[in-house]
Amino acid sequence: MKSFGYTITKDRQIDFDLNDRNVTGFINKVEPSFRLCMACGSCTGTCSAGHFTDFNIRMIHTLVQRGETKHLKKEIMKCMLCGKCQLVCPRGVNLRNLILSIHTALETYGI
Amino acid sequence: MSKSVIIIGGGIAGMETATQLARLGIEVDLIEKQPGLGGHLNSWDRLFPNRRESKEVLDYLEPGMNDGVTLYLNAEINDVRHHEERFTVELKDGKNLNADALVIATGYEVFDARKKEEYGYGIYDNVITSVELEEFFKKNKQKNLFKGITSNRVGIVHCVGSRDEKAGNLYCSKLCCVTGVKQAIEIKEFMPDAEVFCFYMDLRMFDRYFEEMYYEAQEKWGIQFIRGRLSEATENQDHTIMVKLEDTLTGLPLKMNVDLLILLVGFVPSPETRRLAAMLGLAEGDDRFLCPADEHTLTNSTTVPGVFIAGTVKGPASISNTITDARATALQVANYLTYPE
Repeated sequence: MKSFGYTITKDRQIDFDLNDRNVTGFINKVEPSFRLCMACGSCTGTCSAGHFTDFNIRMIHTLVQRGETKHLKKEIMKCMLCGKCQLVCPRGVNLRNLILSIHTALETYGI
Repeated sequence: MSKSVIIIGGGIAGMETATQLARLGIEVDLIEKQPGLGGHLNSWDRLFPNRRESKEVLDYLEPGMNDGVTLYLNAEINDVRHHEERFTVELKDGKNLNADALVIATGYEVFDARKKEEYGYGIYDNVITSVELEEFFKKNKQKNLFKGITSNRVGIVHCVGSRDEKAGNLYCSKLCCVTGVKQAIEIKEFMPDAEVFCFYMDLRMFDRYFEEMYYEAQEKWGIQFIRGRLSEATENQDHTIMVKLEDTLTGLPLKMNVDLLILLVGFVPSPETRRLAAMLGLAEGDDRFLCPADEHTLTNSTTVPGVFIAGTVKGPASISNTITDARATALQVANYLTYPE
């Protein structure tokens, strides 16, 4: 078939109902402080990894909430577990455990 | 000769102003168009932030009506006239009331959600307003069940008719945020398995214990907050509702289905407030609420001597702020009647 150079663009939309929210459920259970985020961004503002890479721990939190797990595996590898995010979090979210729990959840659900 | 005042509007503001003025020995006529007092308070089930019964507030206000307050219920106003520091209010039944001062306490009404057509209120079965949810809670109080509603995913839409120039209202209605969080918690109390989502732009938790309520909603009840204004709602074949918005925290468009969509409708001045303003020549702001004589210092009087304002005629206000404001108005009226200059 002749190629005209057109492709089908993939939908960027978050389709909440189609998303697998197993990871979300898992983390909500093992780390209840996960619920408390108010998206202030203090964590990302202070993040050592975020200063040198596009790692955004606040965004990772939000994506987990929405069940967007596609890029998590690659993203969380950028974290050095220094824990500064946790020191600045005004709501006391245990962010180091968030990263560790994402590791476990991804393994558990084979993502 | 004892001085007299006519208070128009028997909601919270009118009731408390009447009570305080009567205690000061001033003759009070209180005019209410409904058969009973209490105004919008009668529609609320429980109140933020502590979720007490709204009736408790009414029970506090009602005894004030017993002494020195003449009630005119089911009373509609034909005309208001002003001559030489005296006011005459002509009722529809032909009766004329006279007084030395006038208090406008005719309040607000909720935004008509049908004007926000893209949310489908009045078109789709499962789109209701926050007021209807309160009525539902009130009616079903005895039962520990969400009878008739089996929803397991509920969406709550903030800022419906507020912060929306296209809806004609640029202002923030202030109290919808906390109402939404309160109702989200109540839905979880009734249906612990339900997932509840609040779609918000910012959460304006301005008063005491409001922020704590937001915290409780997240920590104890697992309410989920998605930042973004709903762009549209559409009804699916099974009568569930699909909502679309930008999840502004991820920068991605988002869609999801909910079984029930609740619209947090804001405040607009009541038609009666606007009608009286026109009759008396009172100034309205761009938001159509009434303007006080001075925004910082003369918040309870108007530019017309002898005409005072109390409560939500001046803009969105909570019950506690309305009661405080009514007391301030009462004091200003008493001062005016004692020292007219």
